[in-house]
Amino acid sequence: MGELQFDEQVDITDKVCPMTFVKAKVTLDELDDGQILAIRMNDGEPVQNVPRSMKEEGHQVLKLQDNGDGTYTLYVRKVEEE
Amino acid sequence: MALTDEQIERYSRHIILKEVGAKGQKKLLNAKVLIIGAGGLGAPAAMYLAAAGVGTIGIADADDVDLSNLQRQIIHSTADVGKPKVISAKETMESMNPDVKIKTYHTFVDASNIRELIREYDFILDGTDNFPAKFLINDACVLEKKPFCHAGIIRFKGQLMTYVPGEGPCYRCVFQSPPPKDAVPTCKQAGVIGAMGGVIGSLQAMEAVKYIIGKGDLLTGYLLTFDALKMEFRKIRLPRDTHNCAVCGDHPTITEPIDYELNVCEEK
Repeated sequence: MGELQFDEQVDITDKVCPMTFVKAKVTLDELDDGQILAIRMNDGEPVQNVPRSMKEEGHQVLKLQDNGDGTYTLYVRKVEEE
Repeated sequence: MALTDEQIERYSRHIILKEVGAKGQKKLLNAKVLIIGAGGLGAPAAMYLAAAGVGTIGIADADDVDLSNLQRQIIHSTADVGKPKVISAKETMESMNPDVKIKTYHTFVDASNIRELIREYDFILDGTDNFPAKFLINDACVLEKKPFCHAGIIRFKGQLMTYVPGEGPCYRCVFQSPPPKDAVPTCKQAGVIGAMGGVIGSLQAMEAVKYIIGKGDLLTGYLLTFDALKMEFRKIRLPRDTHNCAVCGDHPTITEPIDYELNVCEEK
């Protein structure tokens, strides 16, 4: 099970909702259209909410990978509007 | 310039919004808004813009805080009575948000100084309480090609419209010239419900924020009116024909701002 290539990564395991998404989004905002961000997050609320919020913003959720240590890595491809 | 962790937290409810994000918040932090009048409209507008992190806020007003202001001008407190309004407003905004740089203009804005005053700003809010000032601001913004949001409040009513250069009518297209003296009472004579400044001034702040982040539709070409007793908003489409306007038309007769005479009972 190979890891996806990514352009930037961010760790949001130190945040709680909604700052999890905010921190991920601030990092994603710096990327260009089509670039991939790897987001490391805790199990539970972040896993339930962050992928959904990313989709709602129009970005492409590529993969949610279980790291086996209570954290997940979400791979998101940035989709720039217009 | 990257947002600091503190800024990310402070503006998190903005950043979450799809229409704002970190990019929109940075635009706000780099924006310059001038508020003319630190009264019923200017007070809530200034507070929301300061809280929103608009990087530079200019505020112009020649008056001092009066006890009779406090029923609606929520940026001033009882202890501020007698203090210049711009100083009181600056202190409140600075205590709300240290990110914001406040520039104060403790002066009457008139034809001699308005063009230079508005030149450095991206967006202007008209928070004045008299017709000469409203036409002055309109004409200066047209001449300097600055977008602005007009508003007026009286009794239980309020209205606002937004002018963006090249996009629809200006205030003078709609209202031509100030009404005859004493034809219309001022809010000193007529009274105004305190929360009206909150409603309309907040809508002005909303227009400024939307203009800065470049999202949504502004009130260009529309007059929004609010009647609090009936609890009715009306969005009135304005004529788009600006050709014959004395200031923004094809053959303008007004090429410099004008100081109309102030109604005697409007004066201090």
